[in-house]
Formats: sequence, structure tokens, C-alpha cells
Amino acid sequence: MSKEKSEYLINRNDNQYEVVIGLEVHAQVLSQSKLFSTSATKFGAEPNTQVSLVDAAFPGMLPVINEFCVKQAIKTGIGLKAKINKRSVFDRKNYFYADLPQGYQISQFKDPIVGEGKVILDMLDGQKEVGIERLHLEQDAGKSIHDLDPKNTFVDLNRSGVALMEIVSKPDLRSPEEVNAYIKKLRSIMRYLGTCDGNMQEGSLRADVNVSVRKKGTKDFGTRCEIKNVNSIKFMQMAIEYEANRQVDLIEDGKTVDQETRLFDTKKNETRSMRSKEDAHDYRYFPDPDLLPLEVSDEFIDQLQSEIPELPDEKKKRFIDQFKLTPYEANIMVSDIETSNYFEDVVKKSDVKLATNWIIGELFAALNEKNLEITDSPISAGNLSKLINLIKDGTISGKIAKTVFEQMMEGDKDPKKIVEEKGLKQESDPKALETLIDKVIDSNRDKATEYKSGKVKLFGFFVGQVMKVSGGKANPQLVNEILKKKL
Amino acid sequence: MSDITKQTLSELVNNIKEKKLSSSEVTQAFVDRSEKSKELNTYITEDFSNALEKAKKFDDNPKLDLKLPGIPMAVKDLFCTVNVRTTAGSKILNNFVPSYESTVTQNIWNEGAILIGKLNCDEFAMGSSNETSFFGNVQNPIDKNLVPGGSSGGSSSAVAAQLTPITIGTDTGGSIRQPASFTGTVGLKPTYGSCSRYGIVAFASSLDQAGPMAQNVKDCALLQEVISSYDQKDSTSIDFKRNQYSKELIKDIKGKKIGIPKEYRVDGMPKEIDDLWQKGIEYAKDCGAEIIDISLPHTNYALPTYYIVAPAEASSNLARYDGVKYGFRADGENLIDMYEKTRSEGFGAEVQRRIMIGTYVLSSGYYDAYYLKAQKVRKLIKNDFDEAYKKVDAILTPSTPSSAFKIGEKTNDPVSMYLNDIFTVPVNLAGLPGISIPAGHDSKGYPLGLQIIGKAFDEQNILNIAYAMEEKINFKNKITDWWIK
Repeated sequence: MSKEKSEYLINRNDNQYEVVIGLEVHAQVLSQSKLFSTSATKFGAEPNTQVSLVDAAFPGMLPVINEFCVKQAIKTGIGLKAKINKRSVFDRKNYFYADLPQGYQISQFKDPIVGEGKVILDMLDGQKEVGIERLHLEQDAGKSIHDLDPKNTFVDLNRSGVALMEIVSKPDLRSPEEVNAYIKKLRSIMRYLGTCDGNMQEGSLRADVNVSVRKKGTKDFGTRCEIKNVNSIKFMQMAIEYEANRQVDLIEDGKTVDQETRLFDTKKNETRSMRSKEDAHDYRYFPDPDLLPLEVSDEFIDQLQSEIPELPDEKKKRFIDQFKLTPYEANIMVSDIETSNYFEDVVKKSDVKLATNWIIGELFAALNEKNLEITDSPISAGNLSKLINLIKDGTISGKIAKTVFEQMMEGDKDPKKIVEEKGLKQESDPKALETLIDKVIDSNRDKATEYKSGKVKLFGFFVGQVMKVSGGKANPQLVNEILKKKL
Repeated sequence: MSDITKQTLSELVNNIKEKKLSSSEVTQAFVDRSEKSKELNTYITEDFSNALEKAKKFDDNPKLDLKLPGIPMAVKDLFCTVNVRTTAGSKILNNFVPSYESTVTQNIWNEGAILIGKLNCDEFAMGSSNETSFFGNVQNPIDKNLVPGGSSGGSSSAVAAQLTPITIGTDTGGSIRQPASFTGTVGLKPTYGSCSRYGIVAFASSLDQAGPMAQNVKDCALLQEVISSYDQKDSTSIDFKRNQYSKELIKDIKGKKIGIPKEYRVDGMPKEIDDLWQKGIEYAKDCGAEIIDISLPHTNYALPTYYIVAPAEASSNLARYDGVKYGFRADGENLIDMYEKTRSEGFGAEVQRRIMIGTYVLSSGYYDAYYLKAQKVRKLIKNDFDEAYKKVDAILTPSTPSSAFKIGEKTNDPVSMYLNDIFTVPVNLAGLPGISIPAGHDSKGYPLGLQIIGKAFDEQNILNIAYAMEEKINFKNKITDWWIK
């Protein structure tokens, strides 16, 4: 039943179509310098200020592999539970373009550094495994800028030679929703590993999306189209929806889908043909004779394996076991490494149940409203755990805590100080509460009589009055107890 | 001393060390002779006044413990030199001035030598006669209108004509050994990985090696000692223990086993060449070497293999010359038009031919039949040598199948031109060291060379054999200075 619910199908006339999606994700390796040169990789630098003679392909310049980037790729492979290839080969992918200074991109074609692996997605109706075909290292190209001059194109080579990991999935994805979950999971794993910052606005993560459709129940794949270089999850989802529907329309009209490369126009929300299969480039791949095959030893891989931190899947399991979180809560807490770190910091010194509710509820809502990441949270983990402890030990009520929380959001203040300064401490002295309650009953004699004569609903009225008179500070539990006695 | 330019490198070094000559005197002498030798067209770019200034500076503060103290030297224009135009013999780099220095030339300057100019060569080192240079033909000092060989034709001509005491070339399929053979000089192609390729304009990366060209074996050994170094900037550079080639040079080769490969006795080889080879065998025996017949069964396939592998790599290596970043650019309607015009006008016919061959053999559908198969054959050729070296210490062959030919004689017959490399190409494919030494003259009085091929990293051994044979051969180059008016 639940499986039916999440199935993404396109209905046309009497036919149901399934959408088959595979992704080629280009993830920028998090590293100080480029794949084959020592130039910096900082985002947003002045054009052509991070370009070496190698990056600009001057005569006689030679590539030298950056060992750190190799380590990052292997770590990512380990994170994808993939086979690490001890021998891989760099190939030249030849084509001419103004922002490709060498006239070829150094990539890995036949022998990638990482082989088959998998990624587990947590969907609403359960887990789904997506196969990874391969991961290989390659150089990024530069950037052509067409809109600075009416006649000329400008070229910025800062990005030229930056290391990318191309992560190719198997055609295992079946809906825009799964694509969303896949990209987020991939991003999360790489951020846990510190191998890619996953920053889609800066282009650190982008994807070519392969889409085909087939009638539900058929086994063979339909003809696929590749949508090039989509740089946000939202656009990927929109592009898939448009493209899948376009293909279904073609088939329903008795036409065929042509294998081609398409572009997604984000303004018009449509995909457009870029080049057909016949026009496809012949990249003339061959092993780069400037580079020897890349060979890594078992020790090298073992060392990297030992540096792998706890990853989201393992962490989720631990959170469920150790903190008794529900799978839903655990998923949220491990979705990115910063959130999980924050959560673990908070629960070090405070109640898990309360901490979970406060983080998922109040904190996320407040951060969302201010459009902040958890790393930018005005409330530190330490102060949030203090606040939770104040609730737990009865110093303040949950309601007062929300007021305190709001003030904490204005700046990382110690909740204890806020409570003291504003006199928000909960009134838990039975004598003082009795006095208060007596006063309330006195001034509402008629209602008290009604209550006694059987109108029990009025109890809530009395609680409310007491809380009001106390300025919200009365301990609600005690108020209940005393009121019951007095009335 | 009027005969400065006639001195060997070793003599010049000694005379400078003993303060019998200053660097300025030596540099001036080679500059003067170069000035008088413009008809040879050896230089693409002269750097004479800078050289004389540097020589003066050297004399003001002489560092006499260096290996090449104040020695002037012209180098092939394939080596990038800081602030001195580097063209690779091509129009497309006609205006290119590097901001960096190749490792090999840097090693040379570090030992005290002084650049006097950049020497002519075939365009991007593609040629066997120096006729593909954008900067015109080079004359062989042996005779008027004779090619000096190629691609290091400016280098061979300059050494033979004594315009530079010594020089460096590059050898992808024979480009050092063949011109050395054509000019009666000595040229060594080192083991692949011995000399850094950093800063050398690339032709075919898996084959290119820089190497010394000299008047004699001892000078050659000294320069090899200077230029060979492990370089982290070249991923194919090899970290092996390098000899002090000139210091360790000995003439005693008694008991060395020298192989004679039967497959090198090719059809249509002039009798003169065969006779020379026989004489070489006798010289080697005289030196105490043992001669052993060997077989290199895949020799026949070396040339076709080379003419697939080298153009394939070249087609990709030369893609960077697109008019976008540096060098020559022709105006175009759009990017593609600009590319097409730049590359049509910027590259000469031979370079274009090889780019097309290379592009073809790498194209989908042809890759397996050509490039992949060529790589397999290349492995077989290497295996042939490995097998042979189980029995012998070195291999003796002719350097070329003929002596130097006339300018224009083979221009319209590229295949006959390619056949020049038939004895040298297998050595590049196998990554081995090979040296060509002058060993005699043909009936026209043109020099002929013998090639000694060694095991990988065994430069010392082939230098020793060459050194021993050189003494027995006692070759004298017949140069009349015909070009000096």
C-alpha cells in the first residue's frame, strides 16, 4: 500500500509511464590547489588571478597530480561503499573550446579511480538503494563570459584545472523526489567526509541528468536524453518533470524519442535540444602520455579508511540505539554533519527527548525564519542545553522557555541570566501559590460556587486566571494540585 | 687565439679554468663566427649582445668550479628560455616569449654556460631535414644545399660548423641521432625519463627526449651529465642514480657483448651503409668487444607504429595552439572560424598532415585498429630489446639508411622522408638510450654514422663503447667553410 503511494507515474490516456533517471554528478573536490597544478581554488577571486602556466596550457608545461585530490576521491569512494581501483588511468578528452586551454580535458575514461558502490536513500515509505556506477577524477574547464562585450567573449581561467569528481549513478532513480533525496544524501556524505563543500550556488555540485520513460511494467529502458549541467535540486526536479512529460507526449503521439543532449532553460521551465547523437563530439580519448597510471597501495587505502568519520547511515543507527530517537528524528539529525554535531553537543549535558523536540521544533523554525544555517545559529549548543535543563529542573515552564528562547535568538545569551534579569523564574513555592490561588477564588466567588455545583469545566478558567495573575510564572503542576484541593 | 672555435668543449673548459681564455673571448669568437655564417641559417633567434654581456659578468666574477664555466651555447628552439623568443620553428609561436625556463636549459645555465641563441629546427620537431621550419632551410656545413638532417638540423649544423661548442637537441624518432649522422657529429638520445621534458615544446610526449650534440664523445658525456636530472615537474621523469658520465668515461670495453640485429639489414639499403656497418663491427672487435648476432623480430613494424603513436600524441599536444591565449591569431568571423584560420595559417603542411593522421587514428571506430594496436606492437618492440639484452650489453646498427640528401630532394615524398628514421625510431618506442657517432664517409664525402643502442639507464656503457670506437675510427669531418666569404 505505502509503496503504491510514493510511486511516481505519468498517466496519459490509458497508459502509465515510469520515469527512469540516472545522474552524473560533478562534485568539486575540496582542496587548496588544483588537480594538476599548485594554483589556488578559492571561489569568487578576481578573474584570471588563480591561473598557473599549467592551467593556461603554456608550451612545455606538464601536469603533476595533486596527491590530496586523489585522497579526497578515494575517501569519497569509501563513503559510497565503493570499490577502490588500485590502478587508474588519466585520459585526454579532446575538444576545442575557448575556455579549455589545453584543447583537452584530463579525465578518467576506461579506468576510473573508484568503481561500483551504493547510496541508501531514506524515503517516506522506507529505504531505497541507488547504485553507483563509478567515480572518476577530472579537470574543470574555465569560464566563458559572453555578456561583458557585444562582440567579444572573455575567458576566466580561475576554474581551469580545478579537481572534479564525476559520480555516475546507475539508472536506479524513479522520481524527482528520489533525485532530491539522492543529491541531498550524496552531498551529506561528502560534507561528512570533507571532500566536497556541496555548495550548489557556487557550482561545487552540479549534475547532468539522464531521463527516459517506459510503460509501467516493461523491462527495457526507453531512449534517454541527457540534460546538461543543472545546478540546483529544484531545477533538476523541474527539468525531469518537463522532460519526462515531453517524452511521454512524443510516445503517445506515435513519435520516437531521439537520443540527444538537452539544456534546461530555467526561465521558460523547458528543456531544449542542444545536439543530437549524430552531432555528438568524438572526444578521441587516449591515455595522457604526460601522466603515468595512478597506482595506490593497500596501505594507502587502509590509511584513508582509518580517517573516515562516522557517516550518516551509521550515525543514524547509533542515534536510534543510543538516544532512542525515532527513525524520522534520526534522519533529520544526521542529514548534515553540522546538525548532528550540534545535537550531540546539546544532549551531552541535557535531556535527549527535550533536546530533540527543541532542535527539530523551535530551533529549526527560528533558523528557517531568519534563513540561517545551523552553523550560524545565534544560540549555541551549550546555551540550548542550559535552557533545556532549566525546563527539566522546573526553574521555568515550557511556555516561559519559549520567551527565553526568543530572546536568546537575538544574541547568544545565557538563558539563566535572562531568567534572572527578567524575573522569569517559575513560582514553585506552595505557600506563595496558595495565597495567589486564594485571591483568585475570592474574586471569583460566583464561578467557584458554579464549579462546586458541578460545572467542572470551569477548572481551566481558574488555572488560566492563576497563571495570568502570576505573569505566567506559576508552576502549572502545583497550581493544578492546589486548585483541586481549594475548590 | 684565432682557433678558439676549433677547440673542443673540454679544451675550452680547461682554458677558461686555467684562465688562458676568458668567457668574453670565447663568446666573442663564437658570436663572430656565427655572424659570418648567416648563410647556414642555423639561428632563429640570436641573443649575441646579451651573451657578450653575460660573458663579461662571468669574467668579473668567474665561477671556475662549474662544469661549463662561461661557455657560450646555442640551443634548439624547442626549449623554452626566459625572455628569449621560443618558436619551435613555427609561425604559430613566431611571437612567443616564455616567462619560464626549461629544466634542461636551466641545468645548463646553472653550470655556468651562456645562451647565445636559439637554433633552427623542423616545425614542432616534425621532420628529418629541417625543411619544415617556418624560418627556412638550414644548410649542412658539409656541402652547399645539403640538408643537415632533422628535426635538430640547426643544432647539428651549428655544432658541425663550430658556431657553438656544443648544443642540445630533442629526439622523438631520431631527431638528434639522424642530424648528428648527417653532419659528422655525435648525438645522444638518453633513456626516456633521464632528461626532464618540463619547458620543452611537446611533440609526442611518450617519445620526446632532450639530449646532447657534440663534436666528440667526451663533450657529449659532459653535457649529458649536466642536463640529466630527476625533475618532479615532469611526471615521467625517473629518479635513478645518474653517473658522472664524463668522469666515468673509459675506453676499456674488453669483453663487452655487442649485438648485431639481422632485421636492420633492410631491403634497398645502400652498400655503403652495409660496408660502414661491417667496418663498425671490426672496430668494435678491435676494441675487444664480442660480436653476437641477435634478432629484433618486430623491427619492421616500428616505423608504422611510430607514425601512429607520434601523430596521435601530437594532434592532442598541438591543440593548445588555438590563437586564444598566446602566439599567432588570425581574425575570424566567430570562434570556429578564428580557430580554422589560425591553425591553417599558423601551422605548416607537415604539421597539419600529422595532426590529421593523429586525429584520424584516435577517432572512434579507428582507435582500436590503429592506436590501440600500435600500442600493443610498441610493447612487442620493447620486448624484443628486453630479450636481446639478456644476451648482449649493447646493440650496433647504422644510424641512418643513407647519408645527407639535397634540400628539396624528398620534400614531396613524405614516406621516403619518414624512412630516414627506420633505425632510430625503435629506440624511442622502447625508451632506450642511443648514440650516433661519425664512422666514415660515403663516396660523395658525406659523413655516415653508427648507432649504439643501450639498455635503459645504461648511458655510461654506450658512451664508453662510443668513446673506444671513436678512437679507432679516428673520424675527421671535411668542412671547408664554403659559406664564409
